[in-house]
Amino acid sequence: MICVEGVSHSIGKTEILHDISVEIPKGKVTALVGPNGAGKSTLLSLIGRLMPLQSGRISVDGADTVQTPSRDLARLMAILSQTNTLGSRLRVRELVAFGRWPHHQGRPTAEDVQQVNDALVALDLIALGDRFLEALSGGQRQRAFIAMALAQGADWLLLDEPLAALDMAFARRIMAQLVTLRAAGRSVVVVVHDINHAAVWADHIVAMKAGRIAAEGPPQAVCTSKVLGDIYGMDLRVTEIDGKPLVLHHL
Amino acid sequence: MDRRLTALTGALVVACAAYLFWGLGPRWQFILGLRAPKLAGMLLVGAAIAVATMVFQTLCRNRVLTPQIMGFDALYILMQTALVAGLGVGGYAGLSLSAKFGIEVVFMTLAALMLFGTLLGRGTQDIARLVLTGVIFGVMFRSFSGFLARIIDPNAFAVVQAASFASFTAIEPALLPVTGALCIGTIGVALWMAPRLDVLALGQPIAVSLGLAHDRLVIVALIMVAVLVSVATALVGPIAFFGLLVSGLAHELTGSARHARLLPMAILVGCLMLVIGQTLFERFLGLQSTLSVVIEFAGGVFFLWLLLKGRMR
Repeated sequence: MICVEGVSHSIGKTEILHDISVEIPKGKVTALVGPNGAGKSTLLSLIGRLMPLQSGRISVDGADTVQTPSRDLARLMAILSQTNTLGSRLRVRELVAFGRWPHHQGRPTAEDVQQVNDALVALDLIALGDRFLEALSGGQRQRAFIAMALAQGADWLLLDEPLAALDMAFARRIMAQLVTLRAAGRSVVVVVHDINHAAVWADHIVAMKAGRIAAEGPPQAVCTSKVLGDIYGMDLRVTEIDGKPLVLHHL
Repeated sequence: MDRRLTALTGALVVACAAYLFWGLGPRWQFILGLRAPKLAGMLLVGAAIAVATMVFQTLCRNRVLTPQIMGFDALYILMQTALVAGLGVGGYAGLSLSAKFGIEVVFMTLAALMLFGTLLGRGTQDIARLVLTGVIFGVMFRSFSGFLARIIDPNAFAVVQAASFASFTAIEPALLPVTGALCIGTIGVALWMAPRLDVLALGQPIAVSLGLAHDRLVIVALIMVAVLVSVATALVGPIAFFGLLVSGLAHELTGSARHARLLPMAILVGCLMLVIGQTLFERFLGLQSTLSVVIEFAGGVFFLWLLLKGRMR
């Protein structure tokens, strides 16, 4: 379980998060949703210790993210942020292999090589393995980064907008992949832009608005025209297909 | 790949031998005594600048920046000018070499940490701001030393000038033991940290996610860069584009992003260029010019080539 208690965060004088307390259940796929600027990425970065925590407390499976050594946390959770600028010119396979770093610290074993291969297969990257990242399209590069996070083999996988730049086939495939991970006993927290991906694939949804938690619960409870309409400030029609809510936000 | 390393090592040994033993003549003991320290100095400078540039580029995640472009050499000149202005020519000349060197290393390290530590420590992705900061500081240091140079007397200015131009001919043998120990120690640490530098190059978010002690490593790397640049500038004076030339060639020759391969390659390239260049100058061109001028020229052309080829990131 990820436990966030009383976390506030400001950048300059702008307060991004206001006293947030939330629990993210273990062994589930949790989707973070909300309008632009709601603080989703900030919350995810704070959980993933990418930014220093200003106030409050965050723990992942009981391990405090401030006090626990970063190396131990790396085996507990993998976080992938929205934009990644690399300093070195890498091939896809080399990048994904870095995901195993927390386990081998520079001396990969046969087990590590196997895990990297599995991650490449999972994201259909075998054929691109020897290509340089800069010679890939945005979506292909995004898949390579997701494969790296996957190869890290951590219990928790935190992904910030992994579906950005992906075509719909790969978007669905990645969400399905995350659900398989849950079946393997791992937990996933994912920021998604398209509410329907959250509605269909997530077990738990945390909706944010203006730096506060606006709603949380299973998709059926959060994805209603009342709740979402309030959060996004628009009229929404919600129907149901195969027992899953479907938000008709285009209409 | 490893064949290239072996070939370059062989070439370096041959080049060193050629520099030492070519045209010795009857008074060989005397001449060897002159050449050996100079050779040692060149090897130290070549290796120091090579490693400093590679580590700095990893820190900035950019292949065109070098510590020199970011104003480290301007800081060195400012320090020389300030020392001469503060102590006078007599005081400056009277400073013991090791004291002067000690001051320089400590000061450069502190300044580097202050200038770039805050910028890089926060894992800024903002290369433009980083470059701009470096350029602005560079201009500021140069203007300061220009100002100081105008108010000191002409004799003192001549001393400053002598200290602010790179010269491989005037390597001070007395400095070699201290600089050598510092330089070899720092390069050893850099080689030992090579796998961690690979992770550092992935950028702050990924490095942190992979459990690297990012901020601490940034500071250690900055200290290494500052020490190595100080060693090189104290021995021969500032050389701007040499590091760029070396790192660019090392990248082209290895075709790998692994520091465990890049660093040794850069060291070999750096040493080889200096030794061959200096041999040619001393034997064929009769010391008509200085090596640094040619290196700067070649480096500048290479810099333009990198820009035009779009390798600047």
